[in-house]
Amino acid sequence: MSEYLFLYRGAGPSGSPEQMQLVMQKWVAWFKDLGAKGHIKSPGHPLERAGKVVKGAGKAVHDGPFAEAKDVVGGYTLIEARDLDQAVELSKGYPVLERDGSVEVRPIQKIDM
Amino acid sequence: MDARDHLFRRDAGRMVATLTRVFGVHNLALVEDVVQDAFCRALEVWNFRGVPENPSAWLMATAKNRALDMLRRQRTARTFAPELGHLLSSEWTLAPVVEELFAPNAIKDDALRMMFSCCHPRLREEARVALILNILCGFSVDEVANAFVTSQAAIEKRIIRAKKVLAGSKHLFDVAVPADFAARRPAVLRALYLLFNEGYHGASRESAIRSELCHEAMRLMTILLEHPSGVAPASHALAALMCLNAARLPGRTDKAGSLRPLAEQDRSRWDRELIARGVKFLELSATGADLSEYHIEAAIASIHANAASTAETDWRSIVCLYDVLMAQHPSPVVALNRAIAVAQSESAERGLQEIAAISDRERLAEYPFYFAAQGELELTRGLRNEAKKHFRAALTLARNPMERRYYEQRLAACG
Repeated sequence: MSEYLFLYRGAGPSGSPEQMQLVMQKWVAWFKDLGAKGHIKSPGHPLERAGKVVKGAGKAVHDGPFAEAKDVVGGYTLIEARDLDQAVELSKGYPVLERDGSVEVRPIQKIDM
Repeated sequence: MDARDHLFRRDAGRMVATLTRVFGVHNLALVEDVVQDAFCRALEVWNFRGVPENPSAWLMATAKNRALDMLRRQRTARTFAPELGHLLSSEWTLAPVVEELFAPNAIKDDALRMMFSCCHPRLREEARVALILNILCGFSVDEVANAFVTSQAAIEKRIIRAKKVLAGSKHLFDVAVPADFAARRPAVLRALYLLFNEGYHGASRESAIRSELCHEAMRLMTILLEHPSGVAPASHALAALMCLNAARLPGRTDKAGSLRPLAEQDRSRWDRELIARGVKFLELSATGADLSEYHIEAAIASIHANAASTAETDWRSIVCLYDVLMAQHPSPVVALNRAIAVAQSESAERGLQEIAAISDRERLAEYPFYFAAQGELELTRGLRNEAKKHFRAALTLARNPMERRYYEQRLAACG
């Protein structure tokens, strides 16, 4: 088994209470399923939508990130999967995909000493 | 959590009602932002950690914390609930006062307060119903428009205008003054009646029966009856009407989702428990001199609900009740229903005569049931071509696929 990082991008919960409830129920069901099949190494955390960005040799500090809502990283999860293909397959349950979101699947580099 | 619980809708209504008491009715827009924000906060955590044991309590606590933040940040720029005045402006009193406002015994009447506030005398009836659905039941503008089969733009305009009136009213309705309560109660009952009917007879695109709206109306009715001043003969009569009609909802469609006429409904699917509750409410309503339209309609519904079949239904009593209703609240729809009862109790010919005698029946020109009723009566007396003509007219006016399918079947039955 290898480890993968899911980086969730997309706007936060929005819409009517009913719509939010439906998306949340999908998310919770997806997460439960991943957990039951032993794929969750760590559930990770949601991230605040804004913080600071520190840049360059001058160490300039800016408010940010100022990206379009659909491009902001909203949270992360550490996943265990057989290979990248399986991790990608697992990521397809991310419910925000249906609302113009995206999920980045990144293998954690193995360090051979 | 079950998707059919519509938990978030109800939580949204509860949060708006309580936060409005804290922020003041003039800050309704701010209240709605805080509620949205509380949902976002809670959901982001639940997505990763799972839904807590008591999601409603968690949401309310989140709303309380967001409210405290907002009060601290904006107390110099805005005025909040005038009744609370300086209690919110000092850090010494802010937290304990907000804590008190969110205590279970304090939030108990918030929904009722909001229900009465939404029935402001300056608002038209349809605006009151839209406002109740939007604010108190957590329906979005889209969802209200969908339920009313009205364009989103029209509903949006209606709701925005109604919110302006509400925000301009300065104070939430005070449910603690019995005289004021009694004076506004009829308007509230009327709004709940319209909400229920929209669900029961609703002309929705997807389905003919929006049971959800019926359930919301019944939930608000329960809240009203829990308050000592909410109890009145007309309240009990309306509660009876809602129970007796809602009990028969499961019979109105068959397993394939097609509409069934009263005569062909599987009455074993009617909810006996709900019928018993309706009968109980009807008994409670029979006090005092007040005979409301709800009394009469509930009495009619109870005759239907307790009959074993259409043949065994006491149509003569139903005609008499419609006579009383016509005397009190004449309308072409009531007259049409009365004519159908006459047809059942006497003959199809007599029913058709009564329909032809409806004084302002041109107002029924867009009502598919007006033509369908004539179709049924013509078919009963064997005039197939006449019947076909009427069912075709009904078909062109059908308001949803369910109705369309039904009129197609009736047309086919004419041979």
